[in-house]
Amino acid sequence: MQIAIASGKGGTGKTSLAVSLFLANADRSRLLDCDVEEPNCHLFLKTRFVSRSSVERRIPLLNPDLCKHCGKCVEACQFNALAEAGKAGILVFEELCHSCGGCSLVCPTGALQETPLKMGAITRALVAEKAELITGALAIGHTETPTLIRAVKKKQPDPEVEFTLIDAPPGTACAFATAVEHADFVLLVAEETPFGLHDLKLTLKALQKKGLPFAVILNRMRPGFSSVQEFCKEKNYPLWLQIPESRDIAGTYARGGTLLDAMPELQESLRLLLDKCAEELLCNRRN
Amino acid sequence: MQPEELVIISGKGGTGKTSITAALAECFPSKVLADCDVDAADLFLVLKVTETQIAEFQSGHVAEIDPEKCHHCGHCATLCRFEAIVSSKKGYEVDARACEGCKVCVNACPHHAIEWKEAFCGLWKESQTTQGTLFHASLYPGAENSGKLVSFVREKTRKKAVDEGIPLVLVDGPPGIGCPVIASVTGASIILVVTEPTPSGYHDLERVLVLAKHFQVPTYILINKADLETSYHKKMEDCAAKFGATVIGQLPYSPLFSKAQQKGQSVLTAFPTSPEAETLRSIAALLKQKMKMS
Amino acid sequence: MKIAFSTSGNTLESLLDTRFGRCSQFLILDTETKDYEILENTQNLNSVQGAGIQSAQTVLKTGAEALVTGHCGPKAFKVLHAAGIAIYLAENRPIHDLAEAFAAGKLALLTDADVEGHW
Repeated sequence: MQIAIASGKGGTGKTSLAVSLFLANADRSRLLDCDVEEPNCHLFLKTRFVSRSSVERRIPLLNPDLCKHCGKCVEACQFNALAEAGKAGILVFEELCHSCGGCSLVCPTGALQETPLKMGAITRALVAEKAELITGALAIGHTETPTLIRAVKKKQPDPEVEFTLIDAPPGTACAFATAVEHADFVLLVAEETPFGLHDLKLTLKALQKKGLPFAVILNRMRPGFSSVQEFCKEKNYPLWLQIPESRDIAGTYARGGTLLDAMPELQESLRLLLDKCAEELLCNRRN
Repeated sequence: MQPEELVIISGKGGTGKTSITAALAECFPSKVLADCDVDAADLFLVLKVTETQIAEFQSGHVAEIDPEKCHHCGHCATLCRFEAIVSSKKGYEVDARACEGCKVCVNACPHHAIEWKEAFCGLWKESQTTQGTLFHASLYPGAENSGKLVSFVREKTRKKAVDEGIPLVLVDGPPGIGCPVIASVTGASIILVVTEPTPSGYHDLERVLVLAKHFQVPTYILINKADLETSYHKKMEDCAAKFGATVIGQLPYSPLFSKAQQKGQSVLTAFPTSPEAETLRSIAALLKQKMKMS
Repeated sequence: MKIAFSTSGNTLESLLDTRFGRCSQFLILDTETKDYEILENTQNLNSVQGAGIQSAQTVLKTGAEALVTGHCGPKAFKVLHAAGIAIYLAENRPIHDLAEAFAAGKLALLTDADVEGHW
């Protein structure tokens, strides 16, 4: 089953939790780092590099000998990626191109042929020689985040494992939506602060629109703060794991350690957490 | 007069960017604020806001198939590169969330059955706050491309500053390095990167600095939670130097920021005599100097 | 020859708008006849990306041989440069001032290909 680990706000401890879940379940899971703008999971894992493949998109390449300067391509492009530059002819701005193919389609002389452009890379690595980490990294300056996320998710990994964990990008926009699409279950990491509550509400709105089942993981619990807990209680939302605010955890994280390094006693809870996701999935299927 | 535009970004989320933006805002007497973190616009939570204007934001177009005219030939679905045309029992339909608005299907449909409609991706708001005017926005859940909305909020803010002769635009930028960040640093006169001494913080700092260098904007770095792990300081200084940026100051790992948040206030208002407030005031003074503001 | 100025005003007394892609209009001045016309740039103000590229094409169509603006991004530079339009950088002073400075050869010509970025 696919389990997405998501949070509305950045810095809630989402990646640290995703990596810890992965490590605690290394015998039965793989991790997809779909936070392709800031892929950070590998920073917390000792990995052995296996392979890297680049992800390409298509951009138009002008053949000046065939171009009759009719301007149809410039008119067709909705993204201002083509420009007429007088005597210099047509210029192509690949950075603005969305790779829709519209210009090649309208060109009456076949002067615009599509050619591949690298927009990012997908890396496969192994942790402890068995568990697989797949990382998508967007090349800097490229903006086709959803396209790359789709490519990471489509990457057919082997061998088959019970759980595919997805570290989703923060926010509730298109990147987030693409990462959680088709997930069987979503674990929402929220911070016990007013910002955390506000962002959790936004994320929930986006999730509920898709009808995805979820549970909340509460991070940075501290005395005197309870707004997220009260909110979950009031709405009857499942609250599955509560992690305290601690300088220890923050310090371990700063030194490249994970939540599991700071709190090894969580190992069992993190295994149970995935079992619980599987149970929920079964229940949902039965109903 | 063109206003100065201070854009605060972080790469990685959760470094304290918004809390720091709110605090710095209090150090500049006259400014217009923009919250460009449209995915998680939290700045308003620590400013007392009254919404004075609210409107839907139109962003590009989206294709819509008229079932009356559709002959179910599937030509559009073959051409669409974004998996946005789905076939169902009712015939072909456009998945508006996947549609990028390229118009290829509209132009190609042999039966002119595809309409070209204005798309709405969220709401933008103008609010009055204790710290002056704030422009902010919220995306509709799962909506496409917040970069467009970011540019729009930036434009509104800049225009207000120009029209009213306000010397500073202060922007709380989005996390990441993608399209919304590019949209938010375009036209910036100075960038402040709020980072933290963690592997992710450092990793993302480098990516953000590449971006800032590309836009040739003077860039300063504030290390938040600096005492968590001091071994990063030298690395961050070196990284800054490599990209022509400067480390401008540091703040400690401090519970005061979330305590202030809980009060719905900035650290400066909630704990005006704290060392954190003092540091923030001196950083604001340095930034003023860099922007040659009196 | 014709010179294009980015501006938000309608007369020679108007100030130069230092933005190029997102200025509200262009003033096109004929240096021989001293006649000028105003060209709206509203389409570009609303465009979500590539405003500079559109502006460059707008200027191109006027037949102007030179452009005076405050800042020219890499993409607009590429279009204008390819089309052979000279770009001069100036501050937000009145257009008639800048026209004189242009005639006296006192404006800075933008030739630096360094502004070209890779995206």
